[in-house]
Amino acid sequence: MTESLLKVENLRTHFRTDGGLVKAVDDVSFEVQQGETFALVGESGCGKSVTALSIMGLIPNPPGEIVSGKIELDGVDLTQLSFGEMRAIRGSKIAMIFQEPMTSLNPVLTIESQLSEALKIHTDLSKKAANDRALELINMVGIADARTRLKQYPHQLSGGQRQRVMIAMAMSCTPKLLIADEATTALDVTIQAQILDLMKDVTEQSGTALLIITHNLGIVARYANRVAVMYAGKLREVGEAVDMYTEPRHPYTVGLLRSVPRLDSEKGAPLAPIAGEIPDLTNLPGGCAFSPRCRWAVDRCFAENPLLEETSPGKKVACFEHASVGLNV
Amino acid sequence: MTAISDTSKEWELAPPLSTRLKGMFGSTYRAAKRDLVLAAAITVLLVGLFLAIFAPTLARTDYERTDPVNRILAPNSHNWFGTDNWGRDVFDRTIVGTRLSFLVGFSVTLISTVIGVGVALVISYFRVLDAVMMRFVDGLLAFPTILLALALISLIGPSVGNVILALSVTATAGKIRLVRGAVLSLRESTYVEAARAIGVPVPRILMLHVLPNIVGIIIVQATFTLASAILAEASLSFLGAGVPEYVPSWGNIIATGQGYIQVGFHISFFPGLFLTGTVLAVVLIGDSVRDHLDPRLRGRLRTTAAQQ
Repeated sequence: MTESLLKVENLRTHFRTDGGLVKAVDDVSFEVQQGETFALVGESGCGKSVTALSIMGLIPNPPGEIVSGKIELDGVDLTQLSFGEMRAIRGSKIAMIFQEPMTSLNPVLTIESQLSEALKIHTDLSKKAANDRALELINMVGIADARTRLKQYPHQLSGGQRQRVMIAMAMSCTPKLLIADEATTALDVTIQAQILDLMKDVTEQSGTALLIITHNLGIVARYANRVAVMYAGKLREVGEAVDMYTEPRHPYTVGLLRSVPRLDSEKGAPLAPIAGEIPDLTNLPGGCAFSPRCRWAVDRCFAENPLLEETSPGKKVACFEHASVGLNV
Repeated sequence: MTAISDTSKEWELAPPLSTRLKGMFGSTYRAAKRDLVLAAAITVLLVGLFLAIFAPTLARTDYERTDPVNRILAPNSHNWFGTDNWGRDVFDRTIVGTRLSFLVGFSVTLISTVIGVGVALVISYFRVLDAVMMRFVDGLLAFPTILLALALISLIGPSVGNVILALSVTATAGKIRLVRGAVLSLRESTYVEAARAIGVPVPRILMLHVLPNIVGIIIVQATFTLASAILAEASLSFLGAGVPEYVPSWGNIIATGQGYIQVGFHISFFPGLFLTGTVLAVVLIGDSVRDHLDPRLRGRLRTTAAQQ
């Protein structure tokens, strides 16, 4: 096993809102190994993006704040760094790709100047060397007619091309960790696969770890080594991606899997969406936050909150009833 | 189809400043050809600029010398706009007054834009400074412009420099409020966040990612500041708080004519016409610039252009 690159320990990121305290990320711990692809899965509002922004040090404060916990990158606790030190890490050691490719590029700057921006900031490359590297990068992400494209403006590129440019920008300083926050959600399905393949390729070439944040389990199946399932600010299940499909042990994971159509499912079998809605984060139900929507819930689930525990090697589940939970019901 | 791509080349979403400046004269010319009102407004402003620069040499009489024998003459072949109550030629005084109006107008616009944009960019990134500064700005904007300028001038004394200073204060306050709002909303945009995510330092974000994207708003606002500063200078001179009486200004020529409105209506009428024409021209140009810089309005213009 390679050593871990990113170590998130007991991270709590809270937001003070008018409606009350929102524990967007509540006691989350996970590790990302060097060069692996790790997926953080969950539905909207479960805290995936806040986790990513916490790692980047981009939580808007106020109202948000990392209340406690550690985020270690290569043994350095990012939460203890000053604003300037953190700025030097962003873009050079950690990079992030955002959800909206249409608005992630500055409309008034050429592709070239945006591609070379991180290089200008983090390296001593001359302008010419930075521009050469920009050409190299844009070729790497497979944009045809690269020289022309470099001189163009974002609105002259399609959504897929813009996301390729974003990937090139993020990879320009060969970061150790690339965070893709719903990076393909806004693209159409055929492009999604291309962009994911591209991200996988470029990160593999440079040994960069990839943290995919998504609600799409299909992505997880094909690209991730390991998966963490998040619900209402807490991790519910962490394990190998393959296991997550064949032997989900948390009711929420089961629910997610059963609500997605599969090619191998029985013909005509209805989809089983998860009943109910995600709870109000300012007013979580007592006990396990998933209990009101859970078909396995027992009395204890409404009173106590289960902790994330190792149930078998490489597999952690936060559920009292994990032994009886399974796909076949 | 070609019509659409031509227009889109003409007014790109926001090409860099150099391209924009290069294309400015050409595209202004094309826009003026489509829009006769804009053409008229530009002509009026150019004539005004010409007068502002050359009027003192164009003046055929000594516009400060009184000639009581020839006072309050109606417009005639020699005194095109007639003479005032001291026998001074109204045409000469009016065109010389152009210089003061334009000087005050452009100075106030330049000062308030530079300071206003600078302050707005800085305070938008410092929460406490922002809160303090904005309350100060609110306080300044709570006064009517003319009242505040009058108070300031009675404090520091009437002179051209002080008129510019007094009018710049309120204009700057308005600029700060407008630009700060634009900066705050841009700061939340994805590309600014993306820039932060690759570690771009704050000053660079402001200069490279925020400022170029609000140039349109700033230009449009500048034209309205220009119009209102010209108007405000005339108002101050009319009230006697502007430049000294012997220096011709549209405002004080109108004020002079006020007492003779029944016997010599021309004294107030012609400078009033110049004032109205200039302000109208500036506002129309501002409207036109806004139409071209606003992507939504531009879309509409493009559609109509394509249909033609």
